[in-house]
Amino acid sequence: MDSAPVGSDMAAVSQATITAEIAQAACAYAAGGAAEPRTRLDYPSYRSSVLRHPTKDLHHADPEMLELSAPVFGERDVAPVEADLTIQHGGDPIGERIVVAGRVTDGEGRPVPRQLVEIWQANAAGRYIHQRDQHPAPIDPNFTGVGRALTDEEGNYRFLTIKPGPYPWRNHQNAWRPAHIHFSLFGTDFTQRLITQMYFRGDPLFELDPIFNSTVDPKVRELMVADYDHNLTQPEFATGYRWDIVLTGHVRTPFEEEQ
Amino acid sequence: MIRTPTPGQTVGPFFGYALPFEADSQLVPVGHPDAIRLHGTVFDGHGDPVSDALLEVWQLDPDGAAVRQQGSLHRDGYTFTGWGRASTDATGHYAFTTLWPGAEPGKAAFFAITVFARGLLDRLLTRAYIPGDEAALAADPLLSSLPADRRSGLVATPDLEGFRFDVHLQGDRETVFLRYPGDG
Ligand SMILES: [Fe+3]
Repeated sequence: MDSAPVGSDMAAVSQATITAEIAQAACAYAAGGAAEPRTRLDYPSYRSSVLRHPTKDLHHADPEMLELSAPVFGERDVAPVEADLTIQHGGDPIGERIVVAGRVTDGEGRPVPRQLVEIWQANAAGRYIHQRDQHPAPIDPNFTGVGRALTDEEGNYRFLTIKPGPYPWRNHQNAWRPAHIHFSLFGTDFTQRLITQMYFRGDPLFELDPIFNSTVDPKVRELMVADYDHNLTQPEFATGYRWDIVLTGHVRTPFEEEQ
Repeated sequence: MIRTPTPGQTVGPFFGYALPFEADSQLVPVGHPDAIRLHGTVFDGHGDPVSDALLEVWQLDPDGAAVRQQGSLHRDGYTFTGWGRASTDATGHYAFTTLWPGAEPGKAAFFAITVFARGLLDRLLTRAYIPGDEAALAADPLLSSLPADRRSGLVATPDLEGFRFDVHLQGDRETVFLRYPGDG
């Protein structure tokens, strides 16, 4: 749940109103000329964003040496076992066991090797282990919903987890988030830092959700949707979902061009 | 071939049990003889503190060199990794314990900062410049591309333990947030 202080008038906003707002923003975007490859910071259908988005354009900066590098993570930071969210307690968590795997590349298609990927998510019932989550769905004593992994030399990552459930939040009346896994990623440059959400193909809540639709370009929005992949499915054990992640363009320096 | 980057989404309200870790904001231990504090408050467009924001800092070492050390997630108390993460508290305040950042020769020293929050749909990047070296600050390409009133918000304020750097997500004192050439 989103615990933004909402007035009674705001709490009374219906899903139909939000859906109409989403459709209106989509229409205006389709009719406008300028492509918006990034998520919109000013998207008032997500009520908490109203006072939390900059009103001035992002200011152009050329990266300095510091920003052309990124923090290094390795075996001292992450143990391989942290990529398995199903073995963190004494028993098996409830729900559909899934493999989530994919490849992290930069904007030029180069793999991002040996870099940190962090995930967190609700359990199969749509409940987070967070004191502020008041959704009256069961907590699973065998599921925390937090994992970490390092990408391999080719940029591949892989988690074993439980398919998260959708959950209600207080953005508007009868608001529900589509099922999602939060992802946090680092690139080879500081400027490539990304926190996003991975969704599941075919979720009926997509068109109702202001957060998903704050990425106004439908093709770009698609990039957040994982596909079922039978090649990742393990017999008698877990179904597989593939989700590849593209970080922003790596900014080449003259030094690298020479190499 | 240029690929469209995967878009960002809000960090949401529930990162607090997942992203923080022990000593996340202590790039050096509090008792380190050269420790300084980089701290401040995150404000929304009403001037109210944002109690569910997360900041990350990335910096050069005191000699002005890029850091290539793992170990941020399990700090050993000796290795300086140049990176840290801090959640804001109930008053919107964050604090890092770190070392004075160096700079490349002739360049202005700064902390690179990433801001995440519930209600913030994508991460924001900014810089907190170190005051003092007026020649370097005057020559800095980013600072000199800004009008004076916006420029001052990017320079940290010295205090007893180090520096104060407030983040205003919106409003009259809105922080300058950055877009880089590869951002798409
Ligand atoms: Fe969530």
